[in-house]
Amino acid sequence: MLSTYAFIGIFTVAAITFPLLPLIISAIIRPNRPSEVKLSTYECGLEAIGEIWVQFKVQYYLYALAFVIFDIETVFLYPWAVAYGQLGLFALIEMGIFLMILTVGLVYAWKKGALEWI
Amino acid sequence: MNYVVLTIFFLLSALTLGSGIMVVTVKNIIHAALWLISTFVGVAALYMLMEAEFLAIVQVLVYAGAVSILVLFAIMLTRQITGTGTRQLHSRWWVAMLTAAALFGGVIVPTVWQQGSSWDKTASDAQAILVQQATEANGGTRPEIIPVAGTEELGAALMGEYLLPFEVVSLLLTAALIGAILIAFEERTRRRRVLTLAEELALRKRGIVEPHDEEGAVVPVDAEQAV
Repeated sequence: MLSTYAFIGIFTVAAITFPLLPLIISAIIRPNRPSEVKLSTYECGLEAIGEIWVQFKVQYYLYALAFVIFDIETVFLYPWAVAYGQLGLFALIEMGIFLMILTVGLVYAWKKGALEWI
Repeated sequence: MNYVVLTIFFLLSALTLGSGIMVVTVKNIIHAALWLISTFVGVAALYMLMEAEFLAIVQVLVYAGAVSILVLFAIMLTRQITGTGTRQLHSRWWVAMLTAAALFGGVIVPTVWQQGSSWDKTASDAQAILVQQATEANGGTRPEIIPVAGTEELGAALMGEYLLPFEVVSLLLTAALIGAILIAFEERTRRRRVLTLAEELALRKRGIVEPHDEEGAVVPVDAEQAV
């Protein structure tokens, strides 16, 4: 049974090799002539002002929290979807209630303007 | 024991433990958070090795995906990070180390010592029961694939036996979301609010000068009461 995981293993190895290989090849064959201008930090061609490390607004944490909550929702959707074939209509209604209650939270966040980008 | 499985297990353990050590030793706190993701993925792979697919997916989805994002956000929100060289060691680090060592030596080692051999037996007993059940369900002949209680059974249990707790979970999650908005959102409405013209004039009269941007006047925190 474990041999089916061999595909995942091969996929993982391929996924790691694929981005790594061009980096290694380019590191070997590219010319390396650094200069002051080339190494300077810039954003959209403008010179950077101040520190890179700034404190973000606490507002952003809300996006992360909302993300986690709907992530947990996915965790419950997963076994439901797998078992749906043997469950039928009743399960659909149950999941509908579950999602509706969660949507209340989303609607509240929306109304409050907590989802607006600042 | 299958040697291939054993080799994979040791490789994954090395990945998990190595990343864990990096988390607590690396100087840059963002790098520590990234190493934490690597630890989570290692644990997910170990679940996969135990053929607990659902748990592995949840581990990736929730821990590697969401919790690590929360951690990174929390770091970005923290005020006093200069980026270079966060000190990881507390001055009494050895107390924590002794506690961890005592717990490991006092709880885990004796448990494995005493129960380790019977775990194998329990596992093989469970396997035998599963085979027997599958054989009976198949009408007397042993089926090719022995079904193991997994994601499907979990879904059926959630929709049947554990229906009420399942629905209550959605309430809990909604409460968490609304609570978070109440706590975090108030902060902003208190700090920044576009004034009406009357309010702005009233503030002007009292001599409280406030900064402007294209959206309008912004109330400083201490002037909020004055409006």
